[in-house]
Amino acid sequence: MLRLQPFELVQPESIGEVLQLLSTHAEHVRIISGGTDLVPNLKLGSIKGDVLVSLQRVDELKNLKEADTQLVIGAGVSLHTIATSKLVQGTVPVLADAVGKIASPQIRNMGTLGGNLCLDTRCRYINQSEFIRSSFGGCLKSDGDRCHVVPGGSLCVAALSSDSVPVLIALGADVDIIGPEGERTIPVEELYTKDGVAHIALSSDEVVVRARVPIPAAQTRITYRKWAVRKSIDFPLVSVAVRIDHIKGSPDILEDGRVVVGVLGPQPKILRLSSLQGQPINEEMAHKVAGIVSRRCTPLANVPYSEDYRKLRLAVEVKRAIRSLFI
Amino acid sequence: MVKKKQNRESEPVAEDFRVIGKNHGKVGAMDRLTGVAKYTDDLSLPRMLHAKILRSPHAHARILNIDTSAAEALDGVFGVVVGSEMPTRYGVIPWTPDEQALAADKARYVGDAVAAVAARDEETANAALKLIDVEYEVLEPLCSPQAALASPLKIHENNKKGNISKHVKLEFGEVDNNLKKADLIIEGHYEFHGTNHAAIEPHCALAYYDNKDLLTIWSSTQVPHYLHRELAKVLVLETRQIRVIQPPLGGAFGAKSEPFDLEFVAAKLSMKTGLPVKCLYTREEVFFAHRGRHPFSMDYRMGFDQNGHILAVDAQTILDGGAYSSFGLVTTYYSGQLLCSPYTFDTFRFESTRVYTNKPTCGPKRGHGSVQPRFAIEVQLDKAAHALGLDPIELRRRNFLGENTRTVNGFVVGSNGFPECLDKIEEASRWRERYDKLPYGRGLGVAGSTYISGTNYCVYPSDLPQAGVQICLDRSGRARIFAGCSDIGQGSDTVLAVIAAENLGLEVNDIRVVSADTDLTPVDLGAYSSRITLMMGHACLMAAENLGKKVREAVAQHWECSAKQVILAGRRAQRLDDPEMFIPIQEAFVLAEAIYGTLGTVGYYDTPKEGVHGEYRGAPIGASPAYSFTAHVVEVDVDAETGDVEVIQIWAAHDCGRALAPILVEGQIEGSVYMGAAEALMENHELMPSGLNPGGRRKHGPGLEGVLAHTSLLDYPIPTTLDTPDIASIIVEKPDPRGPYGAKEAGEGPLHPVIPAIANAIYDAIGVRIDELPITPEKIVAAVQAREEENMKGVRHASASAL
Ligand SMILES: Cc1cc2nc3c(=O)[nH]c(=O)nc-3n(C[C@H](O)[C@H](O)[C@H](O)COP(=O)(O)OP(=O)(O)OC[C@H]3O[C@@H](n4cnc5c(N)ncnc54)[C@H](O)[C@@H]3O)c2cc1C
Ligand code: SF4
Repeated sequence: MLRLQPFELVQPESIGEVLQLLSTHAEHVRIISGGTDLVPNLKLGSIKGDVLVSLQRVDELKNLKEADTQLVIGAGVSLHTIATSKLVQGTVPVLADAVGKIASPQIRNMGTLGGNLCLDTRCRYINQSEFIRSSFGGCLKSDGDRCHVVPGGSLCVAALSSDSVPVLIALGADVDIIGPEGERTIPVEELYTKDGVAHIALSSDEVVVRARVPIPAAQTRITYRKWAVRKSIDFPLVSVAVRIDHIKGSPDILEDGRVVVGVLGPQPKILRLSSLQGQPINEEMAHKVAGIVSRRCTPLANVPYSEDYRKLRLAVEVKRAIRSLFI
Repeated sequence: MVKKKQNRESEPVAEDFRVIGKNHGKVGAMDRLTGVAKYTDDLSLPRMLHAKILRSPHAHARILNIDTSAAEALDGVFGVVVGSEMPTRYGVIPWTPDEQALAADKARYVGDAVAAVAARDEETANAALKLIDVEYEVLEPLCSPQAALASPLKIHENNKKGNISKHVKLEFGEVDNNLKKADLIIEGHYEFHGTNHAAIEPHCALAYYDNKDLLTIWSSTQVPHYLHRELAKVLVLETRQIRVIQPPLGGAFGAKSEPFDLEFVAAKLSMKTGLPVKCLYTREEVFFAHRGRHPFSMDYRMGFDQNGHILAVDAQTILDGGAYSSFGLVTTYYSGQLLCSPYTFDTFRFESTRVYTNKPTCGPKRGHGSVQPRFAIEVQLDKAAHALGLDPIELRRRNFLGENTRTVNGFVVGSNGFPECLDKIEEASRWRERYDKLPYGRGLGVAGSTYISGTNYCVYPSDLPQAGVQICLDRSGRARIFAGCSDIGQGSDTVLAVIAAENLGLEVNDIRVVSADTDLTPVDLGAYSSRITLMMGHACLMAAENLGKKVREAVAQHWECSAKQVILAGRRAQRLDDPEMFIPIQEAFVLAEAIYGTLGTVGYYDTPKEGVHGEYRGAPIGASPAYSFTAHVVEVDVDAETGDVEVIQIWAAHDCGRALAPILVEGQIEGSVYMGAAEALMENHELMPSGLNPGGRRKHGPGLEGVLAHTSLLDYPIPTTLDTPDIASIIVEKPDPRGPYGAKEAGEGPLHPVIPAIANAIYDAIGVRIDELPITPEKIVAAVQAREEENMKGVRHASASAL
């Protein structure tokens, strides 16, 4: 078994305490929520953590409720709860579906929304033991000076691999963040940077508190598609959320739409379909959108499986996604 | 009643058995299910140290110097060991000793062991490894057979033939002549990739060299006897000083069938420190230790007459061996020798070359050496059936080898239930109504196979029995079996208990099986080549029959009748002609103990050596006392646009001679099918991409040569329950006179047909052939595209000629 390096675990019970702990412990302090991403990475030594501040006893983060036209999900709500909650299934079924596709039942019991939003990026050269990484000299994301995916590149392009993020962006969700200076709210897409080494746009003393998910109106249809080798446990190798809004009263005509693609680089890619406004939502549109996505998205050799196939697969998934949204 | 008894004396029929063939649970299963079983890593001794192994980050490098002083000085470190302290070269096959416990002069793959530390805990041992300074001279990594064959650089300096680890060429009959005569030639190139066993329990060893100069080692091995021998050799101890104990195993599948660095390291460090030392692999180390399926590159040419009879088989194979020999000599023979049934060929030639490469060592994985060629030949047969317009099952029937016969390469085959297997799967899958008739995207495929029930020869030359047991009875009314064999989860303890219970009138639960402890149990060679049911079964039957006879005689004296009048069954000794007359079995044992004294016997078995194979160099390799037969039909659903293959169902019929414990046979069939399907579609023990990427567009950074790509069970996918097809396990029983009660193997044969049957089903579904494993969505899509382009060309061509 790989050994876990020793660390100190602190278990505060309020957000205030969390913030205080984050600011007092300087070096290698980390938030741990379900730990399903953090712990494997600590074992691999791809990240360091001397002090882990656990969110598990912070009840404020575990709220899940409907407020006006929004679904408000605390960062500490478990993936299992989101996937199986009648409230989520009834108001934003696509989110329950996407979250239900994460990992495995055991991991969904432990994993949380906050952790899924802040999930580390993935790459075949970083999701390796220290020994394997040392055999090729590491890379930009760990004790090395080059990128093996984009030789000569100066930014890490490891892949955003969260199953919930594309859907949340397609839904137009926001996240509330709290830090020493108070709370701020940003759209989910603004949580991510271009650099796979530090792809979460938070400072080390900030915490994601909740996501605010607008409950889709009647003319909005959204679906999520994920491709992975196995039917359970695997991270996505291709992931895409597709949203279509039709013109009120004309369910066959596009008003607006967007496609959000994951597992490219550190950031999700958002393609807006406003140029297709007024066009019929049909097979032709499915092909058109697949073509647009294919032209604008370039899977990289960061995660396993060939880039060429993933590109092809992405187009097929987009096409099928749109087909599944015809009425 | 009396009549039935006469029946029993002649050919036993299943209904006559009390225990054999009945559904009883597996010995030890509840312990495993409830977490009571103690695996090697669950064991702990007072003052035990933990060892960790330093591994080479280079695929090919000379070791110039190792400085361990800083590691030794670290607080909590008790001992360090390097290769020069255990210089003896060993190998599980005594003819090819090319391994050292720790590499002393050269590292031959990324992960090769070079030094080890024993410390108070694993963290300290890991910290100490970082302090060991190894000076390497990095050499060119030779990471493919092509590179290794082309290079003047030798991976093993002392090897006579460059980087060739073994070369075998055998010809039976005049192949070229027959190819000339053939009405149809099918030629194909096939690639079988490397796969790991992925046993859930990682290797673990705990060693204690005590103050009586006795080394006890608990190890997750499937070959305690071979480990015993090699430990003595490498550690320079007498065999009498060593005791090997094999605790319950969490799977093996061939991964644990030879000694590994961790056993030597734990033992040596215990000798150096005087303290018990445990060493547990990480999953990554399991992938380094490997011994998984060899990648095979195969060129097959087969000639058929117009009726589909096989006239000639010509097979050329390159085996990618990895860094060391392991069982490679045998693998190289098996790659051809095990191909010659269940079909008969008039002529056969194979040439196989195993090449050393700077990769983890390949070895025996379930279906050792014959799963890869089976893929090639069964796909070849499918292609022939299509070319001749024959049903693929019919083509196989036409080429049936027959029973009580010899194969083209001289193996003597006894019972053969292959036709029954074909009948069963044909019916169960509704083949006739559905094959070649399902809608585009759905398909059925068939394949058959054979496997050995142990090999006639031990890996070292000897006139000793291959298997031995000792059975004791006493007044407590139970039996104890002492058996050298390894229950690695396949259920060999249960098989022994079933045979003993049948003969001694006991229930399976009344038998205590003590197995795989070289101090307590007679020698058995180990759990490999599916040998235990047949060999230990015979040994156990011999001992149990002897004891049973004594008990019956004692009871007969008591009843003043003949021993033939006494039967032992259902915890009773009973009068044959008067079921009302019986005594509890315990009383019977008491009577016997009173007459004969303490009750115990031994049983043993050795394979027949005369007249069971041909007379040529290598002829005995692969010859077995009895052969199992298997046939599968697979149904797939293929999405031609994405290339996704969903295996819907697999019907697997297997002739195991006699199912001594049917639940175990079914378990073996299911496990084999699962494993084969995983290899066909998912698993790949591959290296990271290096050099130019497949499109030739981009050069990968340096240093990636020889580095394994997938070293966790997340990145090396094996199917989850959701990915596992429905499996119909169908047992066919064709008792073989050479097996105990007619039993033959069941643990490896049923893996073989899965892979070609999936490939053949994909062809039935969408009309493309994938001859390179694994069958990935990407390859399917590429093949469909290539066909469409071909069709387009055809259309263009046709329209051009129309003009
Ligand atoms: C075998 C396996 C398979 C997996 N498969 C999938 C998959 O298919 N899809 C998928 O999306 N994920 C997958 N995961 C990843 C992971 O399980 C999930 O993403 C999960 O949601 C992570 O949540 P967590 O609470 O366990 O996060 P943690 O591991 O606790 O944290 C993850 C990261 O987020 C940070 N963090 C957590 N909460 C907060 C917060 N409130 N504010 C700021 N930072 C925070 C942590 O500091 C850490 O850096 C898999 C993991 C494993 C081990
Ligand atoms: S993308 Fe490049 S830098 Fe980032 S983890 Fe992968 S190899 Fe390292």
